[in-house]
Amino acid sequence: MRKLEFLLALALAGAMIAAAIAAPWLRFVLTIALAKGIAVMGILLLLRAGQVSFGHALYIAFGAYTVAFLAPRLNDAVLLLVVAAGGAALLGLVIGLFVTRYRQIFFGMLNLAMCMVFYSLLEKLYHITKGSDGIRVEIMPVAGQALDRIAYEWTIFGIALALAFALGALLRLYLVSPMGEALKGIKTRETRLEFMGVPARGVLLAAYVVSAGVGGIGGALIAMTSRHVTPLLSYWTASGELVFIAILGGAGGVLGPFLGAAAYELIRVYAAASFADAWQMILGTALLLVILFAPGGLWGMAARAIGGRSR
Amino acid sequence: MSEALLRASGLHLAFGGVRAADGIDLDVMRGEFLAIIGPNGAGKTTFINMTTGYLKPHAGEIAYEGRRITGLSPRAIVRLGIARSFQLPQLFLEHTVEQNVALAVASREGIWSPLVPLLRPGYREEARDILDRFGLSAIADTRADALNEGARKLADIAMAVALKPRLLLMDEPTSGVAASEKMAIVETLVTVLRDAKVTAVFVEHDMDVVERFADRVAVWSQGRIAALGPPAEVLADPAVQREVIGIERHAATPEAPHA
Repeated sequence: MRKLEFLLALALAGAMIAAAIAAPWLRFVLTIALAKGIAVMGILLLLRAGQVSFGHALYIAFGAYTVAFLAPRLNDAVLLLVVAAGGAALLGLVIGLFVTRYRQIFFGMLNLAMCMVFYSLLEKLYHITKGSDGIRVEIMPVAGQALDRIAYEWTIFGIALALAFALGALLRLYLVSPMGEALKGIKTRETRLEFMGVPARGVLLAAYVVSAGVGGIGGALIAMTSRHVTPLLSYWTASGELVFIAILGGAGGVLGPFLGAAAYELIRVYAAASFADAWQMILGTALLLVILFAPGGLWGMAARAIGGRSR
Repeated sequence: MSEALLRASGLHLAFGGVRAADGIDLDVMRGEFLAIIGPNGAGKTTFINMTTGYLKPHAGEIAYEGRRITGLSPRAIVRLGIARSFQLPQLFLEHTVEQNVALAVASREGIWSPLVPLLRPGYREEARDILDRFGLSAIADTRADALNEGARKLADIAMAVALKPRLLLMDEPTSGVAASEKMAIVETLVTVLRDAKVTAVFVEHDMDVVERFADRVAVWSQGRIAALGPPAEVLADPAVQREVIGIERHAATPEAPHA
């Protein structure tokens, strides 16, 4: 199964590269899909513990604004990715210390509240954030190399793909490690963990910090790709979108977020182009169909098709 | 068996008007198997909950190996070497039996390794060994939510044993187990615990089990210890036979689950 999953990941990456070559405008869409897929891996991690965050767009927005604010000073995509990931993880640690005291709907809603507080700050502190106008992000050097627009876009696409592979592999290891299995234990028998000497809150907090960190990476990639950040990145619908992608892709395996994100972005682009007034309805219908007929999401369908157990 | 491993003195705890512990004084001697019997609602599970940190007594104290543990968290207490099993088995339902036990092994060793598999060679072998001793090897790969009650009970205790405790408290280890399997299960359990030199306290409703396997028996009644001594002596007491064993034999409703 592990080998098949790896081959499927390779096939998906190959298809993305082929699509980006065949239709250059898709490069933008697919880079955004990869960035969101990376962020949704954090949602998947929390879903393992049975917790749904309705506020993880906070970390995407934080990562994106980190890039927007620091680009004039640091001016290197690699450095900014590291700073955005670290900053988001740190913010996740601070907020996580509070929200991991709660479970279920309280956990979800507190995350949403944090996210909306951040949205309001981005909106209202105009002299710092430029409010709803947002901040433009210029093309920046990557690892010290100055690039023209096309080379820059390909490079960011490549970085997003490489990060998706690397972080996906690390997440896969995390999920079957004692920490990952204890995280899954929170979902069914949190009390037992405590009676085994395991701090359940600490286990959830660790996962929360990781999820915030990958959210920051996703946000940084989005800022580098769209080259314009606005408070809408932190709006509650953006958090809902992440949960939407997680369900669409399936929470059973690390490929789920990427299948979900690619499907989501492609459906959105094509539906918006073909049915400008009804694209949300088409997205909603796609999600309903998945929930009704494939509760394991796209990854669940893929895992069944290749005859294995989703992980 | 001369030294007290656990000493409870003057424990009081009430839930509203119900006195679940009303001056409990009890020494658990190192190496012994102490059975706790008594009618439902007598405070047996409350004693386990207080000893393992789930409940804090309103008065009195519990000392383990001479150290006061009253008020410590369950996590801190288990690290000192006190583990427990539950009346309603507390398994990780989406994990296999092997993963359940391996997680207990890992939690003893420290679970903070995010990139090494839970079922790494050392942990897997230890989990397999424990399952083998409990006769659970055949169901090692079965998910916990697919087990029958007897297997759940044993797996629950196997997880506690994987923590390598010096004192194990078991809440009704044989309740819900088919009568035909009961003695074999307890036999297995006692062998494993004696081999591991674990001191055991177990709440039990089956007097045959108590008579056969306990070194001493404590009779709980309305939050107090009504009698304490060797099973042959205590179970022969007419008052115990009338007030406790008679009730036990006719008790239809299991004690309300805690924890």
